[in-house]
Amino acid sequence: MDELTAVAPAAPNYEGSFVVELAHFNGPLDLLLSLIRDEKIDIYDIPIARVCEQFLARMRDFALNDAAEYLEMAARLLRIKAHMLLPRHEGEEGWEDPRAELVRRLLEYQQMREVVFVLERLGEDRRNRFARTYSQELTAPPQAPLALSLAELLVAVDRVLRAARKPALHEVVPRALDVDGAIVTIRAVLALRHSARWRDVVRANAEPWEVLSALLALLELARRNELSLVQPKPFADVEISRELAGEAA
Amino acid sequence: MNSLAKLLEAALFASPRPIPVEELAALDSDTSAKDVRAALDELKALFEADGGHGVELVEQGGGWQILTRPEYTEAIERARMAIRPQRLSGAALETLAIIAYRQPIGRAEIADIRGVDAGAILKSLLERGLVDVVARGEGLGRPLLYGTTPLFLEHFALRHLEELPRVDELAIALRREPQPL
Repeated sequence: MDELTAVAPAAPNYEGSFVVELAHFNGPLDLLLSLIRDEKIDIYDIPIARVCEQFLARMRDFALNDAAEYLEMAARLLRIKAHMLLPRHEGEEGWEDPRAELVRRLLEYQQMREVVFVLERLGEDRRNRFARTYSQELTAPPQAPLALSLAELLVAVDRVLRAARKPALHEVVPRALDVDGAIVTIRAVLALRHSARWRDVVRANAEPWEVLSALLALLELARRNELSLVQPKPFADVEISRELAGEAA
Repeated sequence: MNSLAKLLEAALFASPRPIPVEELAALDSDTSAKDVRAALDELKALFEADGGHGVELVEQGGGWQILTRPEYTEAIERARMAIRPQRLSGAALETLAIIAYRQPIGRAEIADIRGVDAGAILKSLLERGLVDVVARGEGLGRPLLYGTTPLFLEHFALRHLEELPRVDELAIALRREPQPL
């Protein structure tokens, strides 16, 4: 920590360097790269002590002290600086430049920045052309033809019913049909005359159960060959007669 | 204008997205991709005839699309008939550039190249539909791997990813080869 304060003196000694807005930096590599560019430093031979010093100074100037990524880079630079200070012998085998990894990362980052310029240009060009419904509000996919789930349908029905007035409740009394009774009635009618018509066997203002009972009784009697049902033409009255077609012939 | 060119014009007008040639060919069962290309050329020439129209036929985003000419954008936007999408931030463009060249790529590797974590940016790029999860890595925790989407191509008016400059065309060639998956 001593070294960190030692290399970050009160007066930054990079006079002449231009002032950069904080928002311009997309990270420590970006800051480092701009530093290298401003100072016209050869990226393959970075004077690490000088760069490290300026990096820390700029961190403080741009209030980047809290940003972990910048602190990590600062630590990395100090580490490289320390490595560079270690004595080494002329022509020593296997010595690797401690800056190599940093240079590789910087080049990689710079290459990526180049792609960013390309994308920026292309994106700006496309941004300036409208397609149909390109604007944000209109990009929703077109509505499919009405497709409701059962739940949605039930909710809608519920909503309608809620709004409707309270339904009147009726009590429904089950009433059995009286087919046997109707058979007795029909036989009685036919006992008096040869033929009859529908309204002879069903009283006026008959209840539905009486109508149905008479109908079923007629069909039943016809089935038992006790009478014949003939409709001379469509929609004409049905003739109910005691004489069966076969007997009449 | 022949009837196929008219059909294509109608389809391109109706679609909010670029339409690939194969899809255009599917509009008419008697039509081959070759016929479609010829008709598209005819249509494009028509849009450009006599000093051009206010819209033009453009091949981008993996297909063909009718777009307004840039010189009318300001007036249209001023009248609030259509609004340009927001510009992407520098950080978002960096992340997209890395994904475009290294896909499929995980969050950790992106952070490695940028020197900054990309979690929040990845999330917003996912929401905008410019990138998507395309695979899972083999490493610890099987990290999600990201790739670009057709909307990415559309956003940058690219026909396909190969339209981006090749790595060896960039001023600084990367020394390390892209990591095999």
